[in-house]
Amino acid sequence: MEQFFQQLLNGLAVGGIYALIALGYTMVYGVMKLINFAHGDIFTIGAYLGLTLLVSCNIAAVLPPTAAVLVIFLMVALLAALVGYLLERVAYRPLRNAGRLSAVVSALGASIFLQNGVMLIYGARFYVYPDFLRPDFTVHLLGLAVPGVRLLIIFASVVLMVALSAFIQRTRTGAAIRAVAVDPGAAQLMGINVDRIISLVFLIGPGLGGAAGLMVGIYYGQIDFTMGWSYGLKALTAAILGGIGNIPGAMLGGLMLGIIEALAAGYVSMAWKDAIAFLVLIFILIIRPTGILGERTAEKL
Amino acid sequence: MKLQDLRTPISVGLAIVLLVLPLVCNAYWLDVCVSIGLYALLALSLNVILGQAGIFHMGHAAFFAVGAYTTAVLNTLYHWPVLWTMPLAGVAAALFAMAVARPIIHLRGDYLLIVTIGIVEIVRIALLNDVAGLTGGSNGIFGIARPTLFGFRISKGVQFYYLVWCMVGVSLLLFRCLWQSRFGRALNYIKEDDIAAEGCGVNVTRYKLAAFVLGAFWAGMAGTVYAAKMTTIAPESFNFMESVIIFAVVILSGGSQLGVLISAFLFIGLPELLREFHDARMLIFGFAMMAMMVWRPQGLLPPLRRRYRVAENSSSQGVSPKDVWNDSAVSE
Repeated sequence: MEQFFQQLLNGLAVGGIYALIALGYTMVYGVMKLINFAHGDIFTIGAYLGLTLLVSCNIAAVLPPTAAVLVIFLMVALLAALVGYLLERVAYRPLRNAGRLSAVVSALGASIFLQNGVMLIYGARFYVYPDFLRPDFTVHLLGLAVPGVRLLIIFASVVLMVALSAFIQRTRTGAAIRAVAVDPGAAQLMGINVDRIISLVFLIGPGLGGAAGLMVGIYYGQIDFTMGWSYGLKALTAAILGGIGNIPGAMLGGLMLGIIEALAAGYVSMAWKDAIAFLVLIFILIIRPTGILGERTAEKL
Repeated sequence: MKLQDLRTPISVGLAIVLLVLPLVCNAYWLDVCVSIGLYALLALSLNVILGQAGIFHMGHAAFFAVGAYTTAVLNTLYHWPVLWTMPLAGVAAALFAMAVARPIIHLRGDYLLIVTIGIVEIVRIALLNDVAGLTGGSNGIFGIARPTLFGFRISKGVQFYYLVWCMVGVSLLLFRCLWQSRFGRALNYIKEDDIAAEGCGVNVTRYKLAAFVLGAFWAGMAGTVYAAKMTTIAPESFNFMESVIIFAVVILSGGSQLGVLISAFLFIGLPELLREFHDARMLIFGFAMMAMMVWRPQGLLPPLRRRYRVAENSSSQGVSPKDVWNDSAVSE
């Protein structure tokens, strides 16, 4: 039983990270109906930017570790958001009226471009995060010894998700994003600047993805330039699992996928955990073809 | 002069160039051309599913893998001659496609896309974990025999070149007949509007499934050629990136067969041409992928619109029998 709860918490931590990345996929899909395959690489960029900022700016010497992590968090999110904004301008905006699959190929090209860009700048070897950042305490919770960093990761992802939900549901801009997701044409007629909303989404999504990259760096302590592929694919799976285009769905899908994976790794087989995650996805889609929370939209005739 | 009007000269030119190419190029480029042929074969088979039927399928490497492993297992364990395994590799891939596609065929666009990516990953992980003790784990299978054709042993680069490109040629002709048939029209109809197709009595599920099975059959046969060419196959040759490249070849092509060939040359040839940039070559390749899509969002050579002759008796309504109208005129 103890192993079960440990795996569950581990799954929640990984799932929280998946959920943060999945939010980027799902928001972009919501407003543009495009799977942004380069999103996973923005996540990688976030992880590398975090490392660079930590080492080069030497913030940790000036500020206490907690404040240093927060500052770096913000900087990484901002820079990753900038990359996302540029990406949309260069690779997607010219294709907005073209076939959907053309934009997908452009996204795949952008992904190869960004991944190799990171490799050229940093080299092909993996990097280790400085471990003074890693919170080094253990929490005893109902008889379980839980590493503090795991709880902090869960906490941080929940805070970010709650903040995003509040923004989408409570603010005028959030309402505009929802409106564009439902019908861009009608939203434009109502005086919403669709271009600006799409740019905004391309700031928020990559910002969250970049932050997730930093979190993976701190949590696992090791990063490499190909990590965006696997994390991106998992997060995309999570977004689809929850119903793509649906923000609570991405959160639920991410957490579920993390837990499924952790339990599969713990109880079935480490080597098969990815395959099990995909199998679960397929089974859920067979039962619910639009994901768990995806709405069953009527086909337009 | 538009690219569209140059179809015939380009086709003829390409055929002649392909015939004489082995006389002028060295072993290295010949090898690249064999790869291009193989990808062209795979892209032609994916074109059935993605280009003609419009099904979002990004997992073609899975079918390719099933074919290649069928050949490898039959050849190394049971000593079947390689070329004899080709139909069986095709059938194995087709059966696999039928089994996996049946429950997911009704999924809408992007849901299907991610499920097919999932299938590639499941197949790769299964091969990696030595499923059924046949696939050799991460080392794969080695020592696959060279194919023999009527007692003639195919082992040199130039012989493989002609084998692969002959297969491409035959596939082009067969698929060309197919696209002019009722089956091809039904697939195109499903691509344009599957609800209207259903309404007109096209059994959408059945046709989509048929497209999957046919595409997988061809990919399985390409797998045989690949296994014979490499003599060693490993799970990493059939990863997600492989599917992405085949997918991108088809999308860039625009859906016509000539487009597929040109786009295969661009996609597989370009990274080789960029060799001198060493580490930066994939960076440039990624950028080129974006630039090509921005330049031609509709693909290099979209298929020509179907043209039909108006029936004789309509001449009384003022249309001369020689008039030819194309169906785009109706919708516009």
